Amino acid sequence: MSEGIEAVVMPKWGLAMQEGMLAAWLVEEGETVARGQEIAEIETSKIANVFESPAAGVLRRRVAREGETLPVGALLAVLAPASVHEEAIDRFVAEFEARFAEALAARKAEAAPEPATLEAGGRRIRYLEVGEGEGPPVLFLHGFGGDLTSWSLNQEALAGERRTLALDLPGHGGSDKRIARGDLEELAEAVAAFLDTLGLSRVHLVGHSLGGAVALRFALDRPGRVASLTLVAPAGFGEEIADAYLEGFLRERRAKKLRPVLEMLVRDPTMIGREMVEEVLRYKRLDGVPEALAKIRERCFGGGRQRILLRDRLAELPMPVQVLWGREDRILPARQAEGLPEGVAVTILEECGHLAHMEKAEACNAALRRFLAGG
Amino acid sequence: MQLSREDLLEAYRRMRLIREFEDAVHEEFAAGNIPGFVHLYAGEEASAVGMCMHLDDRDRIASTHRGHGHCIAKGCDPRAMMLEIFGKREGLCAGKGGSMHIADLEKGMMGANGIVGGGPPLICGAALAAKTLGTGGVAVAFVGDGGSNQGTTLESYNLAKVWNLPAIFVIEDNGYAESTASSWSVGGSQTGRAAGFGMPGVEVDGFDFFAVWEAAREAVERAREGGGPSLLHVRLGRYYGHFEGDACTYRAPDEVERLKAEKDPLMLFRRRVGEAGLLEPTDLDAIDREAREQIARAVSDAKAAGYPTEADLLTDVYASY
Amino acid sequence: MPKKSFRQAVNEALRQEMERDPTVVVMGEDVAGGMGAPGEQDAWGGPLGVTKGLMPQFGRERVLDTPISESAFIGAAVGAAATGLRPVAELMFVDFMGVCFDQIFNQAAKFRYMFGGKATTPVVIRTMYGAGFRAASQHSQCLYNIFTHIPGLKVAIPSNAYEAKGLLIQAIRDDDPVMFFEHKAMYDEEAEVPDEPYAIPFGEANLVREGEDVTIVALGRMVNVARDAADRLEGEGISCTVVDLRTTSPLDRETVLETAAETGRVVVVDEAHPRCSVATDIAALIAQEAFESLEAPVRMVTAPHAPVPFSPALEDLYIPSADRIAEAVREVHGHGRR
Repeated sequence: MSEGIEAVVMPKWGLAMQEGMLAAWLVEEGETVARGQEIAEIETSKIANVFESPAAGVLRRRVAREGETLPVGALLAVLAPASVHEEAIDRFVAEFEARFAEALAARKAEAAPEPATLEAGGRRIRYLEVGEGEGPPVLFLHGFGGDLTSWSLNQEALAGERRTLALDLPGHGGSDKRIARGDLEELAEAVAAFLDTLGLSRVHLVGHSLGGAVALRFALDRPGRVASLTLVAPAGFGEEIADAYLEGFLRERRAKKLRPVLEMLVRDPTMIGREMVEEVLRYKRLDGVPEALAKIRERCFGGGRQRILLRDRLAELPMPVQVLWGREDRILPARQAEGLPEGVAVTILEECGHLAHMEKAEACNAALRRFLAGG
Repeated sequence: MQLSREDLLEAYRRMRLIREFEDAVHEEFAAGNIPGFVHLYAGEEASAVGMCMHLDDRDRIASTHRGHGHCIAKGCDPRAMMLEIFGKREGLCAGKGGSMHIADLEKGMMGANGIVGGGPPLICGAALAAKTLGTGGVAVAFVGDGGSNQGTTLESYNLAKVWNLPAIFVIEDNGYAESTASSWSVGGSQTGRAAGFGMPGVEVDGFDFFAVWEAAREAVERAREGGGPSLLHVRLGRYYGHFEGDACTYRAPDEVERLKAEKDPLMLFRRRVGEAGLLEPTDLDAIDREAREQIARAVSDAKAAGYPTEADLLTDVYASY
Repeated sequence: MPKKSFRQAVNEALRQEMERDPTVVVMGEDVAGGMGAPGEQDAWGGPLGVTKGLMPQFGRERVLDTPISESAFIGAAVGAAATGLRPVAELMFVDFMGVCFDQIFNQAAKFRYMFGGKATTPVVIRTMYGAGFRAASQHSQCLYNIFTHIPGLKVAIPSNAYEAKGLLIQAIRDDDPVMFFEHKAMYDEEAEVPDEPYAIPFGEANLVREGEDVTIVALGRMVNVARDAADRLEGEGISCTVVDLRTTSPLDRETVLETAAETGRVVVVDEAHPRCSVATDIAALIAQEAFESLEAPVRMVTAPHAPVPFSPALEDLYIPSADRIAEAVREVHGHGRR
């Protein structure tokens, strides 16, 4: 291997990511880049994001073309000092690609973790379990219209140290679409049934948005079963909610019309990849989904405001509680995190929208690790 | 099973209504008041009524281009039919079907049909639906002697037989497919064809209401009891041309006059019930009067009614589009 | 998500709708197979095994083998639809429509209109179409354009297994008669297909790919060929939008016109013959409604005005290929540029 030559490869963002599309290069060949500098835009089936250079150096070769879809680990570019000869770079690329082809063939044999389903409380619940370790596992609860894959950037990050589970709430993802009332009690009940079925007495709960309110409801009703509570841009903290988002999410059936609605979720609209839009459309077509979402919306957010205010009860909780919120959240305003009881740790994430755990995955994962270690 | 006094009155009423209806359409067509094609059923009344007296709203019939009689016999509203034939918005099919496509699905009338041989496959479907849904219903295809030569009809005999459907095929043989004699155009015999498909088939005097009624009773009972399909070959005669405007030069000069004088189904019915002392002539006269008035009102209503408008042109192409 | 073949997707749609709605029945030649024969029952499940397993689950009362008698059983499906069932009839090859067309276009299609809006005829006619099976002229045609021409019919032409399940469920639930076209060469092609039932609404085209330079409008199997061509062209610096029409009736005019206007350059790809076809229909629509935004003449890539040949050497020339599509795209892309 030539001295100082570094490979820049397709990153793996989350469990489900198998490949990514290099949407655009942000630097030219020959430019000097710093570590952490944004050098490309990459789209995955889930989300589009900027890609930061893993090292410093001169970007000697852009191997991936714009628009090209490549597997995780494939060579995107080569960094090397200006002094390295072109021939050496050619050799490096050829050798890398030969090795990578072998590795890829081997990787294809391994299967990525697959969601499972179980029957709990008379309902089919889909969930994904990854990792093992001592202590209570972490259970992730997604938001309105989401599913367990929305935690793909977080679940893997924590799975190294402990057992993690993410489930699809009733009416969502691969779980049963039947919803009786659509209130928080019903959803929290389903979570309890799920834990009972798995024989889990106590978990660290992490909930986003609607899932945050479900987690909070669960913790209030069953404090003994919650080791700690992490609420990411949770519902239930104030009356205000972007009704236009809920309305558009339920109404729009075409990608072109749905995309601007989903873009409200994030600070940088280019993060919403076409696959993500397509997945939401596919989810909404499933039998029972429009009815389930309409019920939940009516019970929790009917009349364009939140009807599930729980923030005043935070002080009752015996377990550690932290709140993470994107400063530029356009669905639930971050100011709803102001004035919380003492002891609730609040982190406001700058340059971040409603999908904080995806947009600022690293920061959220770090906060989670610290919090779980302390708690 | 016997015909009650009420049944007899009802049967006569329906036959008379058909006759009055067709005579009125004949006149109005000649006067230029009715657009398009019309094919009249006058002279054939005993067939439609003899069969439909055994049917109720769960039973389905499919008809032919000569369908007015089947409609009335199955309970369609003659006034709404007349409006339809005049092309009016309040017609039975909103003025979009006309004489050849009158239907009333609520009455089990699946439509007159502009396609010769169009009905029998549909009736297999209606019979299948009745069987699958367990309604106890039967389905009847009225087919002309012309339609009896269509592949659809013969295929339907086979399908009805192999699926053991509660289906009945009524071949109304008025002697002519358009201008071509059925004695020439039909190879073999209608009942022989039925036998070829393993289904009971009988020849019936179609001028005699009671003969049709009796043959139909057997076929309907068989179908309702799960005994499968049957065929009735009903021989009858039409008083008017194939269509209105047909000069009927292919017919013998005195053919229709002799039919009217000797075989008229209404006349035969009156004679029979009179001889048997079942009904009084005054009962029947009253029905004649009422029918005449009812149809006269239908015609004047049809003349007065409004046509569909441009707003109706594109409605009801689809349930949703 | 589980991967399923086009065949499995169609089978699953039928099974789930039959479970949901007892009025759904399936009929056709050998849809179970072995009727009245001394050997195995459910011997075929249709000539290509698409309906296999339905008869054992739902019985002969709801999975009806028919004699080879298309005008009778297609007509029966229509009649049953008008009287309370939701039949899914299989017309084995669309080429056979010649013997039962009356039942479709004069009866099913026209009931509602002729009867003043009082009839609903929720019949689905599934049929195989398309070339590539070395099946020659009477078993390889497309013919969807003929049904598209007829008011009162809906026409769905799924481009993959996911689309097939969702469009077929929609077809069964739809209150109008639907012609459902399955490309015989696609039954083994796999896609991610949810286990749960879902319906894809008619008249909403799908953007399979979004690009800036050229719009390719395609349908059925040609969507995938067009996408292959677009992938290849991406490497040449030509980025294409690929529109999957999904249904030709109703037609998503809005998406066609919008995507045509966005690029100003359009290629229409259709496996059918070129005259009076879906391709000419789309080209005419764009010429009439989006003329001002066109930068180049609309190009069509279709089969020739000739029957489908038997010999593999000829059939391969006959079917529109990614090469021909790419060539047409290059041509419209280069038009008027110096």
